[in-house]
Amino acid sequence: MNDPLNMSPSPTTDNRVDSLDLLESHAIFILREVAAECERPVLLFSGGKDSAVLLHLAHKAFAPQGIPFPVMHIDTGHNFPEVLTYRDEAAQHYGVRLLIASVQASIDSGRVSDPGPMGMRNRLQTVTLLDAINEHGFDAAFGGARRDEDKARAKERVLSFRDSFGQWDPRQQRPELWHLYQGKVNPGEHLRAFPLSDWTELDVWQYIQRENVPLPSIYFAHERDVISRDGMWLAVGEFIEARPGEIVERRVVRYRTVGDASCTGAVASNASSLSAIIDEVSTSNVSERGATRADDKFSETAMEDRKREGYF
Amino acid sequence: MPRPTRDLLRFATVGSVDDGKSTLIGRLLVDTRQLFDDQLDAVAAASAKRGVGDLDLSFVTDGLRAEREQGITIDVAYRYASTPSRKFVIADCPGHIQYTRNMATGASTADLALVVLDVASGLKEQTRRHLCIAALLGVRNVIVAANKMDSINWDRGSFDAVVADVHALAEKIGFHDVLVIPVSALQGDNVVDPSAAAPWYNGPTVLSALENSPSGAWSSQHSGARLPIQWVLRQDGGGRTYAGTLNGGGLHAGDEVTLLPQGVRTTIRSINGLRGDNTEALPGLSIDLDLVAETDAGRGDIIATAPLPQVTSEFEATICWFSDQPLRPGTRLRVKHTTRSTPARVTSVAGHLSLDTLQSLPTEELSLNDIGFVSVTCASPLVIDDYSDNRVTGSFVLIDERTNATVAAGMIGRPAFTTL
Repeated sequence: MNDPLNMSPSPTTDNRVDSLDLLESHAIFILREVAAECERPVLLFSGGKDSAVLLHLAHKAFAPQGIPFPVMHIDTGHNFPEVLTYRDEAAQHYGVRLLIASVQASIDSGRVSDPGPMGMRNRLQTVTLLDAINEHGFDAAFGGARRDEDKARAKERVLSFRDSFGQWDPRQQRPELWHLYQGKVNPGEHLRAFPLSDWTELDVWQYIQRENVPLPSIYFAHERDVISRDGMWLAVGEFIEARPGEIVERRVVRYRTVGDASCTGAVASNASSLSAIIDEVSTSNVSERGATRADDKFSETAMEDRKREGYF
Repeated sequence: MPRPTRDLLRFATVGSVDDGKSTLIGRLLVDTRQLFDDQLDAVAAASAKRGVGDLDLSFVTDGLRAEREQGITIDVAYRYASTPSRKFVIADCPGHIQYTRNMATGASTADLALVVLDVASGLKEQTRRHLCIAALLGVRNVIVAANKMDSINWDRGSFDAVVADVHALAEKIGFHDVLVIPVSALQGDNVVDPSAAAPWYNGPTVLSALENSPSGAWSSQHSGARLPIQWVLRQDGGGRTYAGTLNGGGLHAGDEVTLLPQGVRTTIRSINGLRGDNTEALPGLSIDLDLVAETDAGRGDIIATAPLPQVTSEFEATICWFSDQPLRPGTRLRVKHTTRSTPARVTSVAGHLSLDTLQSLPTEELSLNDIGFVSVTCASPLVIDDYSDNRVTGSFVLIDERTNATVAAGMIGRPAFTTL
């Protein structure tokens, strides 16, 4: 019996198409499917590199028209000033409406308790996020999460169903075959959509370089006053102060991820260009979350536990 | 500086529960140094905490709390790896029958199936089920790891018996030249490093077989070009272009195309690609097309070249049923096919696939995880190809209209290996 499937030329062996082209096209496909099937999508935008790439892809998916949904920043109140500046500039650059949902407002209204001025606010974001989704009536929220980030994320569908309490149930995920993304939900339920699911950290950086995607300056090497804690370099400032015995040092660092300023660490790095960052990322021995996120070090299943509650 | 690769292989692990799929993937990732130090430390710490040795390799992909507690895989884990010659997307699928829908999810986008079986127990029913599903999904390339060779002291006779069983089944369902490799995932024999334990085997290791198998088979099609329209873009100056992902074949400016189901023949004025190219479009890429004719084209319509797809509201299909509620003829559902959704009814169930004989057995209804042969009638016409000609226009899912759950995966047409 002959086997024509194996003999016909295929796109991935066409030497004019590389893996970044396929990832880009697939992400744009997902963005359009969700925008077409859901009533009120929103794009969650932290100002980090992954959401920067996502916003850029959303722009390309609908150009020359504008992006047909707003972007929303879940603001922990613990921000790097460079990231807030970038957030506002990016929203203007891509001509998109920016919504801000504030963790501080959730604390002030008594929805969550205040962890204190130096406390981590990462987990509190879940309440603020779910309240905002509810308040605006969003039925789909795009996120920049990637499966290579964490072992719980590695299990998640591209379109991830959330019940009316915002919960993720990893035992009851919808089958998701081929590229048939079905985004129907009942009122009160919503979807999380992850167009960058199959991208790796290296893919993200290579795409940023190829497309000249603008980024916050803290991704590039710069001098900063830092202390060493739990194997990370933490920036001393409004949200982190040196404890007795900790020594404040001036060091050349950069951020590999951008999150809540009270629990995101910097890495020692001289990489001041995209090429240097790509070299650094491709030879690193430590994962990006392992290197930079205190909140993932609490327990074996920290990310899964947060995600079940409705985290990004 | 590393450059984006042109060679990408997507593969899925398939086979029965406890035969060692996750352990094999863990071994492959650890021995090719794909894991970061902190990830390896975390696997070691989780292993120690549960008293399962220094390093339980299955914990590399079994990342959920319940998976580690129960020692099984519940849902697909996607992992990414690269070697100097190739980039891999790995879907580590669950083996348990209860999670067959998750296995089908992982295998539906795979170029290759890496079948893992316990050499001591041979081809179990669940392994046969997975192989049949992979074959139905159109996976053409298969590598079989005959695992746990250490448990039978690398007995050649037992291995040869498994090879014979695998070849007999593979021949029936249309897999050719299936490579069977004697492996111990636990001890690392013939996964990345060749084993000294089986001097009688001189074939490749699992890694070497993965690096040398054809890639891109999933996207291979032999229909004409197909562009299911996702979105209509209004261009500056008043024109409209039709956006979607192209598959089945390439397109050039000036090509004659047909808009379906309308049946309007027209010509491509220009093509907009994502990288600014505007005369040629390649399959697999997202594009938008400017057509010469004024049309009322919209989402759900398809722009195609010859040989043209069929426009019909009735078709025969092979489905995998994923719901606890049995499927009975007459059940009203919703079908999602390409970018179009419409109410549909399964009008008749002609039979279900027997995993023992690979024949169709008559049945009144389909139960959870059954593979069945059905007739579908839709409320509005679909633009379809046979699944064997085009996986995009040949596939669909069925959705429960009340819960929105995806209850079936469907492939238009009947598999070649069974007769009704």
